[in-house]
Parts: sequence; structure tokens; C-alpha cells
Amino acid sequence: MTTVKVQGKRNRRSGRKIAANVLVHAFLAVLSAIWVLPIFWIVLTSFRKEPGSYVSSFFPKGYTLNNYIKLFTDKNILNFPKMFTNTLIIAIFTCLISTFFVMSVGYSLSRMRFKFRKPYMNMAMILGLFPGFMAMIAQYYLLKAMGLTEGGLIRLALIIAYTASTGLGFQIVKGYFDTIPRSIDEAAVIDGATQWQVFTQITLPLAKPILIYTLLTSFMAPWVDFIFAKVICRATASQYTVAIGLWNMLQKEYVTQWYTCFAAGAVVVSIPISILFLFTQKYYVDGMSGAVKG
Amino acid sequence: MAQTKNEISVKNAVTKGDVWTKLSMILMGAGLFGHKQKVKGALVLLIEIAYIVFMIGTGFHNLAQLPGLGETEQGKVWNEAKGIYEYTAGDNSLLILLFAIVTIFVTAGIILLWILQMKKSYKDQVAIEKGEHVPTFKEDLVSLINGNLHITLMTLPCLGILVFNIVPLVYMICMAFTTYSKEGSHLTLFDWNGLTQFGRVLNMNGSMGRQFWRVLAWTIVWAIFATLLNYVLGMILALIINRKETKGKGFWRFCFILSIAVPQFVSLLIMRTMLQPQGAINVLLQNAGLISGPLPFWTDATWARITIIVINLWVGIPYTLLQITGILQNIPNELYEAAKMDGAGNVTIFFKITLPYMLFVTTPYLIASFVGNINNFNVIYLLSGGGPTNVGDTAGQTDLLVTWLYKLTVDQQYYNIGAVIGILTFVVLTIVTLITYRNTGSYKNEEAFM
Repeated sequence: MTTVKVQGKRNRRSGRKIAANVLVHAFLAVLSAIWVLPIFWIVLTSFRKEPGSYVSSFFPKGYTLNNYIKLFTDKNILNFPKMFTNTLIIAIFTCLISTFFVMSVGYSLSRMRFKFRKPYMNMAMILGLFPGFMAMIAQYYLLKAMGLTEGGLIRLALIIAYTASTGLGFQIVKGYFDTIPRSIDEAAVIDGATQWQVFTQITLPLAKPILIYTLLTSFMAPWVDFIFAKVICRATASQYTVAIGLWNMLQKEYVTQWYTCFAAGAVVVSIPISILFLFTQKYYVDGMSGAVKG
Repeated sequence: MAQTKNEISVKNAVTKGDVWTKLSMILMGAGLFGHKQKVKGALVLLIEIAYIVFMIGTGFHNLAQLPGLGETEQGKVWNEAKGIYEYTAGDNSLLILLFAIVTIFVTAGIILLWILQMKKSYKDQVAIEKGEHVPTFKEDLVSLINGNLHITLMTLPCLGILVFNIVPLVYMICMAFTTYSKEGSHLTLFDWNGLTQFGRVLNMNGSMGRQFWRVLAWTIVWAIFATLLNYVLGMILALIINRKETKGKGFWRFCFILSIAVPQFVSLLIMRTMLQPQGAINVLLQNAGLISGPLPFWTDATWARITIIVINLWVGIPYTLLQITGILQNIPNELYEAAKMDGAGNVTIFFKITLPYMLFVTTPYLIASFVGNINNFNVIYLLSGGGPTNVGDTAGQTDLLVTWLYKLTVDQQYYNIGAVIGILTFVVLTIVTLITYRNTGSYKNEEAFM
């Protein structure tokens, strides 16, 4: 008798468990659909034959590659290839300089002890509380006073704008360096290594995940930033970056002609970033949890 | 006592310094030069000469103009011979203010250098008196890649921060106290104006003040909703995916994380067009016969606010998921096993173990995301553009302090009011972070992590 009773209970419990599992998976399926749908829709739009931003059906009536072709060949109104090279040049320099800055500051604050260390960290916290814009508009005037807001020099101005204050974003890197045991450094110092050698030949190779993470995030910044670029470029269309170009495609005067090209451009920019991101996701998570640890 | 007698301070350097040290009060670097550091001394002296040349050339002029910020207006003179108007150069208050600030910073730098060289000079003097070794220029250079590596590494980043962050910030803060604005056409020539603009913004009865308090209230409501909802819902999602019975954990995570990989401005612009009156969502719903007219996603204030918060969930939850998944896997398993042994149910385990652990670890992240949300320009600007806007207002119904600041400066050219808003945003953020930081365990234990 008792065994039957227990079995019945067990059956009911496993029944409830199965129901719960089905529910959970259905719930996850609905949610992921919501998350993936907009991305799916933009990919569809980039292949859509009929132009314009307003459509009467979810799926396009015809498919074409012309949007991509137009994006890279039509240079008269919105010169996307030029924007692409502009952004690429800016991104490469920004990536190298800001990675150097962030690594240097992170290492100094983590490993060296000097008088200016605590004040620097407090200063970084206080400066982080000001809205980024306040400095940005004044930065524009400063760059203008230096004569960097005309023609090709705008690229230099943008590189400066993207890299100059990156020394304030050291927290994640410092947190990561903090987790590398100091005894390794000390051993190297006893063997006669200078601090510079410790930094470049021991700590940096050990901090490869965070190095890759920093390189990638700083490489991506110019591709996704649109406000700084807009304020600094103003009306100089020849120096526009990809982000401003895409934004312009959605303005009233262009949207009917360029909407599907916008979608194509969005896909073109997103693909490399997505691939990089998916490959380095682990580093991203490691970096973030490192920062939480202090 | 002996220690205080020979303490390295400017006061001691002035009173007890030898001839060289005393000479370096006027001729900077003399003390170094006289104490076996010829190259260093010469360099410091060179900097002083450069500074004097700079001050005589433009520096004093820059400072003299600071109180008045320039008086001469641009003039127009009829040139009979050429038959055209010729413009005479007027003063530009903006540049006067900028150059004056730069001059002040340069001067502060020189004063700092003066203090440092006085101390160093006295230190070398004491060392020589005691017969200790004074580092040579070559040794100083070598120490830059060893003991003083931080100087080598941090000089450039600090210079960048000083020139392109601190100077512009001081410059903007100064603007809050001037008449620099399109109002009354003070765009090239403006004057100091004291706290007038602060009064205007804080006065609840005026038009500016009414808008300010409304925007502030919405900013705080937004930041609270955006932060807490993202956190709570993201945590629930992470827990559901992390359940032992859930199949295909990696696949589900991939679906959500895909949205992080798409640049934010792209996905936000897509959302905006999808939710337009003739956008994809309205079309789909109308075709399905669920609604008769388009839903007012961006045209009605309440709709727009809710839409923005919901879309922000779409943007933010994957980040929370990424973050929390890592932490969830870090919770020691023994804690769970012990709890189960004691007969605790799933709910008890969540509230007694998972949640407290999570809160302890993620409080700094929560505060950071609260600050980030108060300054969240992208989501608002790219989605609703701050609209809908009442007639005659500069701030829309969904504008945050930052987007309003952007509109006031870039679009409207009310620079002084914009600067005031920026300062007030800073004040709000400082208060919030100070209160929350001081009440968290991580603040009290901060030193433990150093």
C-alpha cells in the first residue's frame, strides 16, 4: 500500500516538473523571439526590393542585393565608402592609443605606489559624474581654437576626442591586474627585471583576456558613437563617420530613397562587431566580474 | 626632532636653504644646477623662461581681459574706394574666456613646478651635506622605466584628461555664470552674470524652472525604473536559464546576447522606425485586426515614456544576464547543499542565499548603472528625441537632463542655461552616489580589495 502511495506521489511530482519545464521553455522561446525579431527584421529589410520605410507586410514582396550595391557604389549624395574608410582609420588609431592609455593607467594604479595614486582614483570618480556632454561642447571649442575642426584634420580631432579621456576608464583593467599574484612580479624583480620589463613581458601576457577586451571595445567605439562625431564634424560631410551617415539616411529628405540602404549599412556594421563580440564574450564576462571584485 | 628639522618642505627650503636653494626661488632650477644636477636644472630654467615669454607675449593680456570678457563689438565700416563694407575685428568673449582659463592652468602648473623644484633642491642640499649620493640625470632617466615607471606611463593619459576633460569642464562651468546665450544675442560678446541663470532654472514659477523640475522628476523616475526593472527581470531570466532542468542554456543565452552585439544606435533607430504610426508593429497589428488606428507610441507623453522604459528593457536585460550569469556560477555550491540538507525549499534558498549574495556583489554595478541611466543619452535621443514637446517649451516630455542639456546647447544655443543644467546634474548624481555608496558593504570594505 505504502509503496503505491509513494509512487503516485512521485508520478504527480514528476508530472508537475514536466509541466513546469514545458512552461519555462515556452516562455524562453517567446522571449527570445522578441529579442531576435528586430534583428531578423532589419536583415530582411536590407534585402527588400521595394524602397521606402513604410511597408504593408512584415515579409518583403521581393528580394534583391541592390541595396548593398547602392550603398557601396552611390557616392553622390551619401558617400558611404568614404565614411567607411574614415571610420576605419579613426578606429585603428583610437584602438591603439586608448588601449595603451588604459593599460598604462591600470598597471600603474594596480602595481605602483605613489602619492598621486589615491587622488587620481578619486578624481576619476568625480569626473565620471559630470554628464559627458558638458565637456564635449567645450572640447569642440578647444579643438576649434587649435584649428583642428577643418577638413582632413577633423579625423585627428575625432581621434583626440575618443582617446584623450580614456585614462579615466581604468577600473576594469585595474581590477583584472589586481587578480594577478604579485609574487610573480617580485620573483622577476629579484631576477633583475625592471618594472617596464615586468609590465610588458609578464603582466601584459598574463592579462591577455583583458587586453583583447580593451582592444576590441576601443576599436568599436568610433563605429557606434554618433554624438561626438556629429558635434565635431558639424556640416563637413566629407569627414562623416559611418554612424552619422546611417543617422542621415533616416532623415526626412533621404528616408524614402535610403531606408533599405540604411538597413544594409546597419547589417554591414553589425556583422564584424557581432562576430568579434561573440568570440570575445568570455573575456567580456571575465572583465566585468573582475571589476566587481574590486 | 632631528627629523622635523631637516624635513623636506618649501618652508624649510626657504629658511634653511643654501645660496643655490634660495636663488632658485627666483631662478627656477638654480638649486638643482648647484647640486650636481646640471641638465635637470637647465631644463627647469628653460621652462621658466618659456613661461615668462608666454606671459609677456599673451598671458597678462589674457588675464587682464578676464573680468570684462571683452568690450569691442564687431564694427562695420563703409570703404568708399572699394565700394564694400569692411568688418573691423571685435572681441570674442568665448576665446577670451578660453585663453584666460588656459593661462590660469599654465600658471598653476608653474607654481606646482616651483614647489617641486624648491623641495628637490633642498632635498639634494641635505643629501650633499650628509654626504649621500645625489642621483645623476642618467640615473633619473633609468628610473623612469623602473621605480618611477608610473611617471612614464601616466604622463600622457593625465595630460589628455587635463587638456580635454578638466579644462573643458572648467570652461563649461564658467559659462554658467555668464550671459552666453542666443537670448539677447550674446553669442560673441557676453559678460559675467553671477547666479542669475541658476535663479531662473531653480525658480518654480518661471518657464525655465517649471521645465527643469518636470525634467528632473522624470529623470529620476526613469533612472529608478530603468535600473530596477532591468536588474530584477534580468536576474529572473538568468535564474530561469540557469535552472538545472533547462535545456539548451547556451542557445538561449546566445539569443539574448545577440542584441548586445548589434551597435546600440542601430537597434534603437530600428525600434524607432518599427514603432512609427506607419511602422512595422502598427501595420502588423492593424492587419491582424487587433487595433483600428495606429498606437501613439511616440506622440502621447505617457505612451512614449512607457515605450522607452520597455525598449530599454530590451537593450539592458542582456547586459544584466551576462553579468549575473557569471556571478551565479560563482556562488559556492556548498551553500546550496547545506541549505537543502536543512530542508530549505527553492524559495527560501533564493531569498536567503542567492539574493543576499547577489546584492552584496552587484551593489557597485547597480549604482554605476543608476548613474549611467541618469546620463543615458542614447536611448532617449535616438528613440523619442525627447518628444512629444509642448508648444513653447525647450524640453520635451521624455527629455532627461542630459538630452535637454544637449538641445539647449547644440540646437537652441542657450549655452549658459545648458551649463547650469550640467552642474545641477552633477549635484544630483553626487548626492545619489554618496548616499548609496556610504550605505553599502562594499564601500566599508573597499580597502580590503585594494
